[in-house]
Amino acid sequence: MAYKVIHYINQFFGGIGGEEMADRRPEVRGGAVGPGLAFNKALGGQAEIAATIICGDNYCVGHQEEVARLITDTVAQYQAEALVAGPAFNAGRYGMACGLAASSAEAAGLPSLTAMYRENPGLEVYKAGAYILPTTDNARGMGQAVPAMAAFLLKLLSGQKPGDAGTEGYFERGVRVNTFYPEVGAERAVTMLLKKIKGQDFKTEYRMPVFDRVTPRPGVRNLAQATIALVTSGGIVPKGNPDHIAASSARNYGAYEIGDLMDLTSDQFQTAHGGYDQTYANQDPDRVLPVDVLRQMEKEGKIGRLYHTYYSTVGNGTAVANARKWGEEIGARLKNEGVEAVILTST
Amino acid sequence: MKLELHKISVRELRFGETTKVAGGVLSINRDELKALLLEDSALSGVEFELAHPGDKTRIMPVKDAIEPRCKLDGPGEVFPGFVGPVETVGEGRTLVLSGLAVLTTGRLVAPQEGIVDMSGPGADYTPFSRTGNLVLVLTPREDVKLHEAERCCRQAGLTAAHYLASRCKTARADTVESYEFPPLREAMGAHPSLPKVGYVYMLQSQGLLHDTWVYGVDAKRILPTLISPTEIMDGAVISGNCVSACDKNNTYVHQNNPVIKALYGRHGKDLNFVGVIITNENVTLADKQRSSSYAIKLLKMLGAEAAVISEEGFGNPDADLVLNCVKAERAGIKTVLVTDEFAGANGASQSLADSCVEGTAVVTGGNANATIILPPMEKVIGDLSQADVIAGGFFGSKRPDGSLEVEIQAILGATNELGFNKLGAYTI
Amino acid sequence: MASIVPISQSVGANRIIPTVAIPHPLGNPALSPGEELEVRRKLVDKALTALQTDVTEQTVF
Repeated sequence: MAYKVIHYINQFFGGIGGEEMADRRPEVRGGAVGPGLAFNKALGGQAEIAATIICGDNYCVGHQEEVARLITDTVAQYQAEALVAGPAFNAGRYGMACGLAASSAEAAGLPSLTAMYRENPGLEVYKAGAYILPTTDNARGMGQAVPAMAAFLLKLLSGQKPGDAGTEGYFERGVRVNTFYPEVGAERAVTMLLKKIKGQDFKTEYRMPVFDRVTPRPGVRNLAQATIALVTSGGIVPKGNPDHIAASSARNYGAYEIGDLMDLTSDQFQTAHGGYDQTYANQDPDRVLPVDVLRQMEKEGKIGRLYHTYYSTVGNGTAVANARKWGEEIGARLKNEGVEAVILTST
Repeated sequence: MKLELHKISVRELRFGETTKVAGGVLSINRDELKALLLEDSALSGVEFELAHPGDKTRIMPVKDAIEPRCKLDGPGEVFPGFVGPVETVGEGRTLVLSGLAVLTTGRLVAPQEGIVDMSGPGADYTPFSRTGNLVLVLTPREDVKLHEAERCCRQAGLTAAHYLASRCKTARADTVESYEFPPLREAMGAHPSLPKVGYVYMLQSQGLLHDTWVYGVDAKRILPTLISPTEIMDGAVISGNCVSACDKNNTYVHQNNPVIKALYGRHGKDLNFVGVIITNENVTLADKQRSSSYAIKLLKMLGAEAAVISEEGFGNPDADLVLNCVKAERAGIKTVLVTDEFAGANGASQSLADSCVEGTAVVTGGNANATIILPPMEKVIGDLSQADVIAGGFFGSKRPDGSLEVEIQAILGATNELGFNKLGAYTI
Repeated sequence: MASIVPISQSVGANRIIPTVAIPHPLGNPALSPGEELEVRRKLVDKALTALQTDVTEQTVF
């Protein structure tokens, strides 16, 4: 029996209209519409489009949660086993919509994919969450895109684990996936080294990361009036770790009031960090978060005020994506509170 | 230096009246071993459990794994500084009870100890689901402080491993492996057409409870030094580590270092294996700079053209790895790095805390943040409630049906950075 | 404020104050309490200087 597939397309490819119809609410039609007919042909009877979701591009971008819900509902209604979106070529909002559709379906556990031109803004936003195949920049490439998408979809449906991006042809998602190799790591290392010595081609198993750069802020002009906050990845928390920040791979951060405290003491504070010897931080948490010294400086008028709350998490195998999100949240909250500068301590 | 490993294969462990090996079965006199271990006054109790491959058994939290070995002849005794005197080892004959391990467990110095499942999906990730295990459930005396508790548990594992082997000295070995590490004058002249390859062996040394010991010396106090691979086989390097279970090098993987094995495997054929340099991963920048410079200087003195560099742990040791890589490559020594990854549960984050353009050849033990569900087991040795605080477990990771949802970093040896396993990762 | 400056540089920090050691960046258990407080004060002083300084690129103070 053929696999059932849901196809997501926009108002234009759905034959409803162009830009003037971009606010059109989504509708679901049974069977294939527009490019879906070509998909049915390319799927060669192994899979077929059970239903098509047609949605205005503006509407989708403005109502992402609603459209994502509609997708999962439609999948359930038709008992579909996969989703394909687009192809979107170089249409920006359509690319965003297709990325949303494919990544929501994948998040729901469904094999899914879309395709678009390499400069489509939807690519950067959604590539981590979905398989996206390359297309030309306009719909004249439909004839090439559809068979490639259909072939990849059938591969996903068969339960095969896709190989790396280079081999399979999709845009690299930048997502690391564990796998068992035929040989142990040490043998792989020596084989790779011998190739490197001989100047032969070899393939690293991991390309070294590239980190963000941020333009530095200007210096604080009047420190004696400024409110300074403390933030740490050293895991200093109130005794008992009330927010259960994990010793490693933290999934949250905490905000802790220090009120009028002049000093962090071992009876009230501890570290939750599991990546270093906790003895010294537990004896005197000021060794990680210098509240005592900043209080002195506040008294001396060197700084205006030490902000009444500090933020803390455990930086130990913590995902950079989480750290970035928390940094943005903490930064926004401190800025709202009129904090002018932050001292960030790490262990 | 020449060392023979006399290996006796063991497939089953039993408790019995005499400790001895016969027909692949090791019987263990519990009372004798117990009395020996309790000579350490810091221990108040020890219980023994057995676990075999395929058992529906979970062992946690596991601190260390040790392969039973003892000297048959040659200078010194295995585990110098802990069991043997601080005499140089790595020569003569050493008895190995292969196919089994001593695991130390009990409520030790959590949070960072590991899980070993003997069957089910978790078993694929730990080397110790494939060994028959004597599990020591240890209870340090209540008034014993943390660091002393770690010491006595570490010692108990080594003592027990040596004890088991030493009671089997009269048994006949199933296989004999011979390893030789010639004097430098010969090593340098040998195999002139083959590239000289060294091994930079990084040891965790961040501080008490994150330690490795070399001949009884805390590795944070060493300068990088040359060591014979045969000394490693005799337990000159042992683990005192309570850091994340997935990529700490327990004593067993030191004894069976797979990089040394792989380099010996190609020695004289594809390369000339000229030496092992142990170095550390300390907590100050000056130490990191000194150790990386010194280790690479030793590689240069050996005339190495290329080197494997293996890391232990993650986070700030990534900085040591990068320093070693950059300094070696800039000295014209080609490198392959062996590491593991912390790329987030979804695999989309940067895997390392540090980076360098020189690191063009990397082998990975896999993403330690990947999660796995470990079904309930019929028997749990140790303490299941510890899953909440074990690194990689997170609060609430014990589910109502008794299963555990954990990152694979909670599994002992899962992403080993000596390249002990087949696990790796690729980018989609 | 961090002990392993190369990591701070790799990940893109702009104002970097090297500290004592990973388990005790702002202290040193080998010193007397008075001396230790002095070390911490000097480091925080340096951080305040850094916060007041205009920089155009990653800078180690």
